[in-house]
Amino acid sequence: MNMLIENFQHRHAAHCESGVASSMLSHHGAKISEAMAFGLSGAMAFAFLPFIKFAGFPLIAYRMPPKAILKGMVKPFKMRFHFETFRDQAKGMRRLDELLAEGHIVGIQTSAFWLPYFPADMRFHFNAHNLIVYGKEGNDYLISDPVTEDPQRCDAESLQKARFATGLMAPKGLLYYPEEIGQKEVTAEAVLRSIKKTVRTMLGPVPIVGVRGIRMLANRVGKLDTADKLSLNYVGHIVRMQEEIGTGGAGFRFLYAAFLQEAADITGREELKVLAEKLNVIGDGWREFALKAVRMIKGREAFDPKLLAQMLHKQADDEKEFFQALKRAIA
Amino acid sequence: MDINEVPQEGNRTMGGHKRAMYARDADGRIVIVASAGGEVDETVTLQALEFIREQTEAARKRVEAGETSPLEYWMYAQRLDLPQMSQVTGFWQWRIRRHFQPQRFAKLSGDILQRYADVMGITVEQLRTLP
Repeated sequence: MNMLIENFQHRHAAHCESGVASSMLSHHGAKISEAMAFGLSGAMAFAFLPFIKFAGFPLIAYRMPPKAILKGMVKPFKMRFHFETFRDQAKGMRRLDELLAEGHIVGIQTSAFWLPYFPADMRFHFNAHNLIVYGKEGNDYLISDPVTEDPQRCDAESLQKARFATGLMAPKGLLYYPEEIGQKEVTAEAVLRSIKKTVRTMLGPVPIVGVRGIRMLANRVGKLDTADKLSLNYVGHIVRMQEEIGTGGAGFRFLYAAFLQEAADITGREELKVLAEKLNVIGDGWREFALKAVRMIKGREAFDPKLLAQMLHKQADDEKEFFQALKRAIA
Repeated sequence: MDINEVPQEGNRTMGGHKRAMYARDADGRIVIVASAGGEVDETVTLQALEFIREQTEAARKRVEAGETSPLEYWMYAQRLDLPQMSQVTGFWQWRIRRHFQPQRFAKLSGDILQRYADVMGITVEQLRTLP
């Protein structure tokens, strides 16, 4: 069985979910960038979740939880999004084929561990990896995976494994596609509303979220025991969550800065361009933290948890000042 | 970050793939740039892989010494740990820990072995021995 959705354009993106959202909406006539999808859904955040362990270390998220971006598209674009999960694996695969035959591009949730085109060193059990299926050739599905530069292929057996992986955030065969998009242009109101939401998250009162979450992480890092061999793994884990898994900290700050530049044009508020520049500098601060941490991991510099903690506190200070300014800019 | 600061020295864990990053161009616009990766991201991925490799090799020695079953070896080799193994199989952690006992492991039913093999992407025959 060969099927191909014509006119679908694969795009490279920094993050899977914002990439899928922008490709999917653009395909259906609401032409938006990845940065717009990311910003408009209010996906930028920070959360330090010591009780959720990821490979033995706490989860540190630099964005909202999975599916927040897709769901965040519903209101600004007056969308009806169809989500479907399956108990029966064969049924889930058949449904995908049916949708392709009807000419839909289909978003699916997968586990990165089972995707054969992922480099071996990157295949971890992460269940919330989103991608788009845009065709089928023989036994191979044609895949637009936003985190790869070019389109990929995946055999049916592997894709089934990936869609029905079990564990934390199990995809359960989730597939999705837009049924209706009532609004194709981004409005200034939607942009301002989303910024308000992000400001609220980042400056909110919950101790593990936003600026307060960064401080909590900083305090935890400051207390790391230099004699414990695992302490350096802890630091490496923070950097890995920041730089590697879903681009993370610095990456999302640059992505949001790109959104603010677009937001300035849409709303006519020039101040947002100045703030984009400030956020760019904050992103650089996260990169400097990563660089310093890696120098310590490599033993080029003495392991100094206090210094790392200081750098994180500085990030918290800068982000606090930034989001307060952003709040004033949209008032 | 400016375009010329986007890491391009390469990262061997990326298997030749490039990742998208956002950086400022000459006009100050933030644009998407394909990055070949660099030392920072490579170091932390290798560190995580090394941590898993150490656990895997330690488990191998314990299997050879008869102290644990090949299940524990395969768990690490396939990039899981005990809490994750519990999540993907739906078995309680204490139950999995019991399956690490070589005598109990030898008596496990085909269904249970199959469940372990499925979540790790290996065969039951592989699961029964060290590679």
